[in-house]
Amino acid sequence: MKRKLVLIGNGMAGVRCIEEILKLDREAFEITIFGSEPHPNYNRILLSKVLQGDTRLDDITLNSWEWYERNGIRLFAGETVTEVDIKRRLVRTDRGRVVEYDELIFATGSNPFILPVPGADLPGVTAFRDIQDCERMIEYAKTYKKAAVIGGGLLGLEAARGLLHLGMDVDVIHIFDYLMERQLDPTASKLLQRELEKQGMNVLLRKETAELFGNGRVEGVRFKDGTSIAADLVVMAVGIRPNVDLARRSGIEVNRGIVVNDYLETSVPHIYAVGECAEHRGVVYGLVAPLYEQGKVLAEAICGRKGKPYEGSVVATQLKVSGVDVFSAGEFMDGEGTESIKLYDEARSVYKKVVVRQGKIVGAVLFGDTSEGRKLFDMIQRGDSVEALSLSLFAPAALGGKGSLAAAMADTDVVCGCNGVTKGAICQAIAEHGLKTVAEVRDYTNASRSCGGCKGLVAELLEHMLGEEANRYTVKETICGCTDLSREEVLEAIEQRRLMTVKEVMSVLGWKNEEGCSKCRPALNYYLGMLYPGEYDEEAESLFVNERLHANIQADGTYSVVPRIYGGVTTAEQLRNIADVAEKYNVPMIKITGGQRIDLLGVKKEDLPRIWADLGMPSGYAYAKALRTVKTCVGKQFCRFGTQDSTGLGIRMEQTFERLKTPHKVKMAVSACPRNCAESGIKDVGIVGVEGGWEIYVGGNGGTHLRAADLLCTVKTEDEVIEMTGAFLQYYRESAHYLERTSKWVERVGLEHIREVLFDVETRRALLERLHKALSATTDPWRDIVENERLQQLLFRDIGDKEPVSVE
Amino acid sequence: MKVEVGTLEQLPKRLGKCVRVGNRELALFRTGDDQVFAVENRCPHRGGDLSQGIVSGEFVFCPLHDWKICLKDGRVQAPDEGCVKTYRAAVKDGLVYVEL
Repeated sequence: MKRKLVLIGNGMAGVRCIEEILKLDREAFEITIFGSEPHPNYNRILLSKVLQGDTRLDDITLNSWEWYERNGIRLFAGETVTEVDIKRRLVRTDRGRVVEYDELIFATGSNPFILPVPGADLPGVTAFRDIQDCERMIEYAKTYKKAAVIGGGLLGLEAARGLLHLGMDVDVIHIFDYLMERQLDPTASKLLQRELEKQGMNVLLRKETAELFGNGRVEGVRFKDGTSIAADLVVMAVGIRPNVDLARRSGIEVNRGIVVNDYLETSVPHIYAVGECAEHRGVVYGLVAPLYEQGKVLAEAICGRKGKPYEGSVVATQLKVSGVDVFSAGEFMDGEGTESIKLYDEARSVYKKVVVRQGKIVGAVLFGDTSEGRKLFDMIQRGDSVEALSLSLFAPAALGGKGSLAAAMADTDVVCGCNGVTKGAICQAIAEHGLKTVAEVRDYTNASRSCGGCKGLVAELLEHMLGEEANRYTVKETICGCTDLSREEVLEAIEQRRLMTVKEVMSVLGWKNEEGCSKCRPALNYYLGMLYPGEYDEEAESLFVNERLHANIQADGTYSVVPRIYGGVTTAEQLRNIADVAEKYNVPMIKITGGQRIDLLGVKKEDLPRIWADLGMPSGYAYAKALRTVKTCVGKQFCRFGTQDSTGLGIRMEQTFERLKTPHKVKMAVSACPRNCAESGIKDVGIVGVEGGWEIYVGGNGGTHLRAADLLCTVKTEDEVIEMTGAFLQYYRESAHYLERTSKWVERVGLEHIREVLFDVETRRALLERLHKALSATTDPWRDIVENERLQQLLFRDIGDKEPVSVE
Repeated sequence: MKVEVGTLEQLPKRLGKCVRVGNRELALFRTGDDQVFAVENRCPHRGGDLSQGIVSGEFVFCPLHDWKICLKDGRVQAPDEGCVKTYRAAVKDGLVYVEL
């Protein structure tokens, strides 16, 4: 027998919770939903777009009638629950319907707050809360000219913007000294006001409404200071209050909202509350992201899989108010004990402020250019130190560079060059499938699936389309779609429960796909290898073909072979040997690689082990997520500018760190002078010889995200270079996400933080110890295979040719 | 036409093997739960060598551009589109047979 689940309220929070329940267990409940509004579930956040006239209700519908039907949900729209009998566990509606429940969820949302002033009930006075309000305002704009919006917060300004669009004259009335005081500081607010006034809004500050007057319908607003204005339409947008009447009448504990614990349980067993009607730890949330978080926790609890409790949300606002980009998060006001970093570009109307408390980023306000909002939000949530701030945040906005690149692009512009995905295709997929994360966009459209170079742009597009909603969904990066766990959570579990195989990790941590996918399997394989050096045996079947076969697969299915040539220095004998092998196996192409090595291209898979045996050289790891090459210049031995022996150090580095597996490929270089012939400035680790010492650069990249390396430190001796490089590599190995290049990693964790770790003598010693343990467990993979007939059979030999002879 | 293409022992779990029968090249797979599948050894995208892909459940990921292909019906999974030819495979007395 299915349990009976009743949801009161057909809004965003409640229905999202139902979606989560369906995901966990489709069969557990017989679901009934009551909604007072006669529509299916729609996205209230986008109401202002409906008001502006460029969007219809259909466009903002989240779940269609068909969705309810398909999921076997009984929906009673336009029907209001009037009574909950908690003893007999049933609800009654205004249509006399009686429905029993085993579990009951309140998601009754909130009601607009209507000022208790005389005249508030006059025709022509409306709130801005639901689709009916919208329709009423659109209707009014057809006949009348003058509108007044009471409330200069987010909602009020959105309403005002919509009315302006509809051709009305708009006064915005605000009781405080400046607009949007809950999201902005005075400076940002003044800029916003200036923009709005430019667009035609008339802003009245410090005005407290005394009464609305009119004969038969509203004709104006009178203020406490005795002044008044004329208005044919008055929109109240002064706040919302949780809709708790029904809960209170039913005997459920209510404060400002319906009081719930960390599992969204009310004071009455089997009754829960989510969304704007709920009060958790004294807070009632009005933004979407927290409501969705609550829905998820409740879904798990109600399905009997109590997981993590809900512990409250950090909220950020990133939105477009009347076409102006505004972002704020955390503690954004200057106050006692805080310092702030500001950029104020009055000419371009750009304002950026980051608030710092005891060296940590605690809040931010951005106006005019909010492109870094999400990054800042992450930093605030993590409590990053101020050193992690990138200077680019405060670089003057490019000429005309207001607004995001994503917004400025045309629909036909290509976002993802690798897969030829246009902005239009991405936006359509986001809208049609309700995509919320970059990963989802990738899965639906292919954008960012290959090199990942367009990830940032895709994220911007998401933000552009979803506003604040996009925020929260990009905060947590799970390993892949097979799990909801992040890298950190998985690593912690592996260590705590001593999970030793990929399979174990997946089954203990409840992977959604029993055998994972092509993303998580290689990642887990790496993490296990990193955590248990010498103990963990790589799983061939969890490796990408390049690493499984220790050669690069080419477009035509052949492979390429790159033997190691330390520091790029070779001998006549080696060259002769390579040439002989190339001839013997009919290698169609011999090429010098970008990393100063020799590549034999077009080799058949079955020939690989024999070629390696004939070469008698170690693997150059040209295929691996490991140390690749150390590029060098000729150095002081030959070059007239060279200050140091760069080839010598390069060879030493390559021999020291050879075979070290890393989250992504690692390239190094050593130059003997600042002319940088070995291109040390765009390598994961780049060494530049100067008179009397070496500069160590890290986090450079010449790939899809071209990035100049940062100077980590300057040292005197080669030994110190080896030591610092080793510690850096080990710390990268331990703390980067699988497939995260050092360039991204350095930006994510911050150079200062890396310095703090590496410059601490004790920590560095411990890192080097772990590094040497990892290094000492490695062997040359080519030789291992050459000497192992079983591996050759398993991995390199096909079954071969079979006669097409029928056996029956 | 039913053709014998090898022994079950030649097929390691979750690692593909390529076999040529006449002018056809097939990729053979033995999944984690010991089912055996045979599909055309060419990804419909750029002809990738499917026998070298990562096998998860009843799917193989093409090693060239990570297309996900169902071994049961040969369908390429969204967002990509296409299909590879599948062949009915069976095991009897340790021998693997494919119906061509």
